[in-house]
Amino acid sequence: MNKNKLRCLTTAVTAVLASVCFNAAAADGNEILKSSCASCHNITGPAPTTLKDLWSRKGPDLFYAGNKYRPEWMEAWLHKPTRIRPTGMFYADNLKSGEKYEVVDAAKLAEHPALDKEKAAAVTSELMKLKPHDDLIAKETIEPGTIGLTMGEMVFDKFTGCLACHEIEPGYGGVSGPEVYTAGARLQPAYIASFTRNPQAWDPKTWMPNKHVSDVNIQKIVRYLDALSKEANNAN
Amino acid sequence: MLTNRATLGLVLAGALLAPLSATHAAESAADNYKTYCSQCHGLHGDGKGVNARDMSVQPRDHTDAKAMSARSDEALFKVIKEGGLAIEKSVLMPPWADTFSDEEIHGLVKYLRELCACQHGQ
Repeated sequence: MNKNKLRCLTTAVTAVLASVCFNAAAADGNEILKSSCASCHNITGPAPTTLKDLWSRKGPDLFYAGNKYRPEWMEAWLHKPTRIRPTGMFYADNLKSGEKYEVVDAAKLAEHPALDKEKAAAVTSELMKLKPHDDLIAKETIEPGTIGLTMGEMVFDKFTGCLACHEIEPGYGGVSGPEVYTAGARLQPAYIASFTRNPQAWDPKTWMPNKHVSDVNIQKIVRYLDALSKEANNAN
Repeated sequence: MLTNRATLGLVLAGALLAPLSATHAAESAADNYKTYCSQCHGLHGDGKGVNARDMSVQPRDHTDAKAMSARSDEALFKVIKEGGLAIEKSVLMPPWADTFSDEEIHGLVKYLRELCACQHGQ
């Protein structure tokens, strides 16, 4: 066998091996999704349409994960998960009486299992394929720009009242919704815009009301959450 | 014959409408309150909800008969449907028009009257 033939054969074998490895990783991610994730997450849709179904949800719906999450965040988070929802999935199940207000009963909150890096990458790859709401995403246009944190907080709190349910820094803000100090790193900008514009289009029974936020303020909220996620204390 | 046709028509209409009504069935006021209102107004309606700590305007205590009797049923319906700003109150009370049907909001107004054990003006 001459050198050219050998080189050609080596290239072909490498290509086949790469293909096999890629498919194995993809199959592995799909298998993990079905065998491990699906017991707590809805990976096929549709979203709950009754309160009974809403209450039984153990983790966020993932059937539109590819429309929602940033893949780099998802992969890192699956490897090293942190709590995003301070009161768990349905806050009413996880509260106790406090000195002045109801407070979270941390003993009732479950930890999310961590995946090794290879599995986190494989699962993320599968999740990013789940895009049933491309139509909603396509309706959004994210205009480039920045906003100061002070002005952003003004919009998020005083103008739209979002602070009532969302923490803008650890330990400050409402806790029934997911924290938003990492939302800019976690979520795709067009998803933030679309979900803010019409939460029920994504999740008919969601706790988040449609506040009919103006186009201008939607753009400001997207920029604010981006700025917030880049604050040193919030980046994780 | 006409009666038979009418009956058949009703049966068919019922069959067609059944899935719709199942999808949009009204939830009970107690369940809606627990799911959406208690995050700020508290599981017992006393205004001590888990979100209240950092709110610049505190949520209404729905068990406060004096304060609640000062509000008409129409005002309560309006503030639930259109939010606090609609009755010149806080933006922190959101509009729930896209979450509840009018029927469900009427149910919540009745539920609020049970919580405060009061009526408008009494």
